[in-house]
Amino acid sequence: MDAVREALVWLNDPLNWSGPQGIVSLTVEHLAMSLVAVGLAALVALPIGVWLGHRQVGGTATVVVANATRALPTLALLLIFATTGIGFGNRPTVIAAAIFAIPPILSNTYTGLRDVDPAARDAANGMGMSPMRSLLQVELPLALPLVGAGLRTSAIQVIATIPLAALVGGGGLGVIINNGFALQSYGEVLAGGVLVAVLCLVAEAVLAIVQRLATPPAIRARDAASRERANAG
Amino acid sequence: MSTAPDNPWLSWEYVQRNWSDIATALSQHVSLTLEAIALATAIALPLAALAHLRPRLSGTVLGLSGALYTIPSLALFAILFPLVRDRRVTVLVGLVMYALLVLVRNILVGLQGVDPAITDAARGLGYGRTRILVAVELPNALPAVITGIRLATVTTVALVTIGVIVGYGGLGQLMFRGFRSQYHAEVLTSTLLTVAIAVVADVVLWGVGRLATPWTRGLR
Repeated sequence: MDAVREALVWLNDPLNWSGPQGIVSLTVEHLAMSLVAVGLAALVALPIGVWLGHRQVGGTATVVVANATRALPTLALLLIFATTGIGFGNRPTVIAAAIFAIPPILSNTYTGLRDVDPAARDAANGMGMSPMRSLLQVELPLALPLVGAGLRTSAIQVIATIPLAALVGGGGLGVIINNGFALQSYGEVLAGGVLVAVLCLVAEAVLAIVQRLATPPAIRARDAASRERANAG
Repeated sequence: MSTAPDNPWLSWEYVQRNWSDIATALSQHVSLTLEAIALATAIALPLAALAHLRPRLSGTVLGLSGALYTIPSLALFAILFPLVRDRRVTVLVGLVMYALLVLVRNILVGLQGVDPAITDAARGLGYGRTRILVAVELPNALPAVITGIRLATVTTVALVTIGVIVGYGGLGQLMFRGFRSQYHAEVLTSTLLTVAIAVVADVVLWGVGRLATPWTRGLR
């Protein structure tokens, strides 16, 4: 296993960690690009999902959007963007990643708001809340766990997509893999692959904890109770 | 003053001139997808059945597959290639792994969703555990199995393109070549063909599913 030894040597070289093309700055760039992409996707998907879910219309449309994007390869959209005026590098990658991050946010937000207990809505209405106030103070807090789950899914997906930027001259951790292939230095390729994989697994774990902490205790208890009921039944 | 040559996104001339390249990439793409799905199905069925018969294993199987699914395909190919040193095998193994995860999950959900009254009835008729699995549970889980295969196939068709990182990405190869030479027609033609493969495969599998599960017709 020559490649494994070479990868360990590569990872042990402090020069590969520091500097503008070092692991640390590439990871920071990777995460910054991911943040922008998720932010863009949320900017588009959250309002639409909240509105459609609140009005309880457009269920089929959100499913169609989700299915249609599955057949289109991310690489294809990325290369089409990179071939047009959008230019090389990080910009087409962030935009392509953002587009593919929309469906999970959209469908989860929609489902979360649609499935708010009608009794809670009725109670808000009966207490004289306006529809807007009911949405902000009753429906949104109740839908929060699912909205959060959608954001988490899309964030993981984006972090996994950003490595493709290296193929169109962009940054992020994919650069290590791409450089390794260009130099036929397969230890570097292996090290880059492991770094990207570790980043994704760590991000998944961190976001799972964040989601748990961000869920209000009452809703956490409610969800746990309904899970227990489901397991017992 | 010379004007830039035409660079249309759609060009029949491009297709005619590059037909042999397109055909090579197309057949590479289709054969990779078929092999990956066939291998993954062959491995997923016994694995899901095992997890179903030994419920204690199902948590481990699902947890492991979830963790593996988090790893991006680009990283997986980058990890596999230095160890395997074969372009086709690298892409194939990667594709099989992702398809496997989707399939095992769907089959397991299908097996667990079989109406307990049906398995009870089979047990009452004196069926053994294995016979219940093969003759009762698997046929009843068939719709879920086919849904899993459809999902895995569409995902695999898109994933093949990531194979460009090791230089074996089917139509992704053409997409990338088109990008490098800023040849619009090449990028868009290979994209449309990839989407077409996914759609055709999905429709074919949907038809196969309808033929294989005639009892679900008329319901709903």
